[in-house]
Amino acid sequence: MKKELRSPVSQRPFNAENINKTGIGAEVSIELNGKKLRVPLGRSILDICRDNNIHIPTLCYHEDLCIAGNCRMCLVEVEGMKNLQTACSYPVTSPVKIKTFSNKVRKARKHIVDLMLSEHYGECYSCVRNNNCELQRLAREYGIDSYEFGHVCEPRFEVDDSSHAVVRDMDKCILCRRCVRTCIDLQEVGVLEAVNRGYDTKISTFMDTPLNDVICINCGQCINRCPTAALHANDPSDQIWKAIEDPSKHVILQTAPSPRASIGEEFGLPPGNSMTGQLNTAARMIGFDRVFDTNFSADLTIMEEGTELLGRLKKAIVDKDKSVMLPQFTSCSPGWVKFIEHFYPEKLDYLSTAKSPQQMFGAVLKTFYAEESGIDPADIVTVALMPCAAKKFECNRPEMNSSGFKDVDYGLTTREMAKMIREAGLVLPELPKSSFDDPFGEASGAGLIFGSTGGVMEAALRTVYELVTGRPVPFKDLNIEACRGMKGIKEASVKLENCIEEFSFLEGTDLKFIVAHGTANAKVVMDMLIKGELEGYHFVEIMACPGGCIGGGGQPIPTSESIRKLRAKAIYEEDGASAVRKSHENPKIKYIYEKYFTDGPCGKISHKLLHTKYTKRGKFIN
Amino acid sequence: MNKLFERKNRTGPVLFSEYEKGSAVKKALLTDRDDILLEIRESGLRGRGGAGFPVSVKWMLTAAANSPQKFVICNADEGEPGTFKDRVLLSEYPELVLEGMIIAGYTVGARKGIIYLRAEYSYIKDFLQSKIEEMRSDGNLGKNICGRKDFDFDISIRLGSGAYVCGEETALIESLEGHRGEPRNRPPFPVNTGYLGFPTVVNNVETLASVPHIINKGGEWYHKFGTGKSSGSKLFSVSGDCRYPGVYELQWGITIKELLDLCGAENTKAVQIGGASGICIPESEFSRQISFEDASTGGSVMVFNKNRKMIDVLQNFMEFFTEESCGQCTPCRIGNVKLLEGVNMIRNNEYSLEYIEKLKELGETMKIASKCGLGQTSPNPFISILNNFKDEIFGMN
Ligand SMILES: Cc1cc2nc3c(=O)[nH]c(=O)nc-3n(C[C@H](O)[C@H](O)[C@H](O)COP(=O)(O)O)c2cc1C
Ligand code: SF4
Ligand code: SF4
Ligand code: SF4
Ligand code: FES
Repeated sequence: MKKELRSPVSQRPFNAENINKTGIGAEVSIELNGKKLRVPLGRSILDICRDNNIHIPTLCYHEDLCIAGNCRMCLVEVEGMKNLQTACSYPVTSPVKIKTFSNKVRKARKHIVDLMLSEHYGECYSCVRNNNCELQRLAREYGIDSYEFGHVCEPRFEVDDSSHAVVRDMDKCILCRRCVRTCIDLQEVGVLEAVNRGYDTKISTFMDTPLNDVICINCGQCINRCPTAALHANDPSDQIWKAIEDPSKHVILQTAPSPRASIGEEFGLPPGNSMTGQLNTAARMIGFDRVFDTNFSADLTIMEEGTELLGRLKKAIVDKDKSVMLPQFTSCSPGWVKFIEHFYPEKLDYLSTAKSPQQMFGAVLKTFYAEESGIDPADIVTVALMPCAAKKFECNRPEMNSSGFKDVDYGLTTREMAKMIREAGLVLPELPKSSFDDPFGEASGAGLIFGSTGGVMEAALRTVYELVTGRPVPFKDLNIEACRGMKGIKEASVKLENCIEEFSFLEGTDLKFIVAHGTANAKVVMDMLIKGELEGYHFVEIMACPGGCIGGGGQPIPTSESIRKLRAKAIYEEDGASAVRKSHENPKIKYIYEKYFTDGPCGKISHKLLHTKYTKRGKFIN
Repeated sequence: MNKLFERKNRTGPVLFSEYEKGSAVKKALLTDRDDILLEIRESGLRGRGGAGFPVSVKWMLTAAANSPQKFVICNADEGEPGTFKDRVLLSEYPELVLEGMIIAGYTVGARKGIIYLRAEYSYIKDFLQSKIEEMRSDGNLGKNICGRKDFDFDISIRLGSGAYVCGEETALIESLEGHRGEPRNRPPFPVNTGYLGFPTVVNNVETLASVPHIINKGGEWYHKFGTGKSSGSKLFSVSGDCRYPGVYELQWGITIKELLDLCGAENTKAVQIGGASGICIPESEFSRQISFEDASTGGSVMVFNKNRKMIDVLQNFMEFFTEESCGQCTPCRIGNVKLLEGVNMIRNNEYSLEYIEKLKELGETMKIASKCGLGQTSPNPFISILNNFKDEIFGMN
């Protein structure tokens, strides 16, 4: 399943296999700033420096991506070589002597920053990446206090804000091509590429088509890896402030699990600090009328999706219905949904018809909640705090109005929420904790772990297994380790035994499932499906973003695997400490099915409000 | 036969000397691979594409690499302004080039050769293809060459599409793989990780064409020509203000003055040696030798007489680089624009000498910080023309 990570702008990885190792061995002795070291053959100078706590400035380098070596910031001296060498791309294969600082190096690096600034149109103080910009940081690091080689005073490009998710402001682009590598390698979508040559080089979509009209899946992963503000999210916070100000509006915030695990980073905390309680307080202080927990609707999703799965299994096994599509694929990641609509439009029937938790919640708020609280749904404004850029597109899908209104008005990212909190003059970590509002304040730990790759699968198994056998899943502390971790594609199975009467047709079945994250991995799974290799599998979870929602396109910048792991850890810890760990045991879930969705999960009412249809988009654009 | 491909009446010590078709391949295939490497080493043959890397080292590294597959690529992208000598070899001496490739393949253990032909030379493609067919039917190409059961080799032709930078060997490989023609990071070098990730020899047309003669007459014989450090002969593409422009085969070490006399240049002010990225030599230095150790060139020699304005010449070169930079790396993409801006400032008399010095320093950074040879050499004309023609340029308004 291993595929070669490589986009057209990156170098082929050094092939240590081709080297005749006799006389070299697996390690080489080198000298780094005068210090003698033994390092593994083929390790890059940058990695060696990081292992040894030596700072090397970088721009085009990103931990998640393959090497490009085009910004030239990371130059170092390698003895015996006429030119400076880029630390990020230089594999050490012989006993070299390296100097990471010298006047020559400093001057060259400064020149490079000077050159970048000379064609950078933008002012830091009116920029979304102010204080979180890698170019700005380098300008500071190299003491830039004037424009040595001039400075552009006019924009060269038009801002493309056609997309609900990603805004492209190419005047701030430094052509590091991290976005290109993200889009092609990490996500295998490929809407961004460098075009033209020389000074005319720029990052473009196909024929400069607006981003909204190409096959962009809105995952926003490019935003997370852009060192500057050239790519940023389409920010709705002005409209939200306006709604909050309007006394006739009842403004509700639903908050997804992942932003809590990460928003602290926006306030200088290290990754992995959960801010659930403080975030609730902040939202109320900002002026949201209600703060609800999206985990509630995640539990609702599990009920619907789990029931749908059992229904498909019954049809396939008992009724021998050949038209039933198995395995069932999850549908809660809007980036993944758009991906499959574009790349595998003929496979849409495999997707669960259940809406994502965000959209389920919106529909419930503008119907039952409006009814119960006696508020005209026309006056309700629903805002979804999400780790996600694609949620912005999702809430604007024309079909997402089953309440008769736009079910979710605005998708707000973690970064934008942090900005609102700062604008309100609040320091999040210092705020007191408070709980969610009723009636949707209670949620299970199962809903919470939706935030990490494998979480939906784990939550679903906790419920499905228990529905089928009457017993909790047979894993220690309900933790299904096979679903967890950052491996690109995970698979496992659980045997269904001693099933209750209703599900006796499943007796002895090995429930087989697959979990994948990042659409490049999704592609691998889809290609297995097409080749018929998923025969016998029942359930597949796909998240568009690497790491799942905790690595979402709306999350704090920077991102890396180690940061994502810490965020995931925070979520799993909170799940472990939850009183209710299974969706079906959430008392509010029981209540809503008794009171409103009276014909049960996947019934008529739920089909109207909680399920959706997909669009065959294909790859051609007109 | 098409007139274009008729051999003209050319003379020269090596390439333009007598050669019996197929003789070198036959001889090479009866020779041990290591002995061929030794012979090439003795000849002192260095790459003719511009960089002058020793051929024996390149071949040895490729031969030593462990890999199920290896490639030999003939760099026929001849894109350096003022260079047209590979065209002569390809259209008049194709057997030398093809046989050079076969011998390279045999020596390093490659079974496939690729000729990367610049788009502007597509008219030569059919002719070359017919030569390849001819060699196949002679048993010099294809399976079991010259009856050797352990050696298969075949050659295909691929067309470039017009970017100067695709002559740079790693950009060429990217282009062959179907990507944007942009140079890769080096290391790893093509001899380790080349075409499709396999060890690959990339050699210039002229380099490969020299090999058959070395095989036939020996490394020692070849080494007798030239200066020692620059051994053998070189094809020069002479153009500009002279009576007899064209391709000359001469020994390394000839002085600029001698070359100017040969080509009938008069009233010469400057000679640009090594194409746009080379250096511009003023009259006071015409006694310099053309060789790797002095004034080095991949073949291009451009003659400018006293009617030319050096600032025009410089502007022309800088415009070329601004356009032809692949746009990948910062120093070259933006640096060349800054240098060109500087040239225009000088033209418009809107410069300060202090800023021009700053630009020269920037040029020094570009030389050591750019990713490939293009950016590493593009400041050369800026620096050398401004230094060598100070009076003319800064006194001009
Ligand atoms: C910008 C650039 C353009 C080049 N163009 C050519 C070319 O057109 N033909 C060529 O043979 N080598 C060209 N080279 C040199 C090649 O990179 C490479 O060194 C050469 O093909 C190696 O062959 P040799 O060792 O036989 O010279 C170019 C290099 C650079 C940096
Ligand atoms: S992208 Fe960075 S350097 Fe550019 S204006 Fe914004 S903060 Fe400043
Ligand atoms: S848009 Fe951002 S990530 Fe993409 S090349 Fe420009 S600066 Fe780099
Ligand atoms: S030096 Fe110029 S041509 Fe070479 S890689 Fe950099 S931008 Fe491209
Ligand atoms: S970080 Fe190494 S070249 Fe950009």
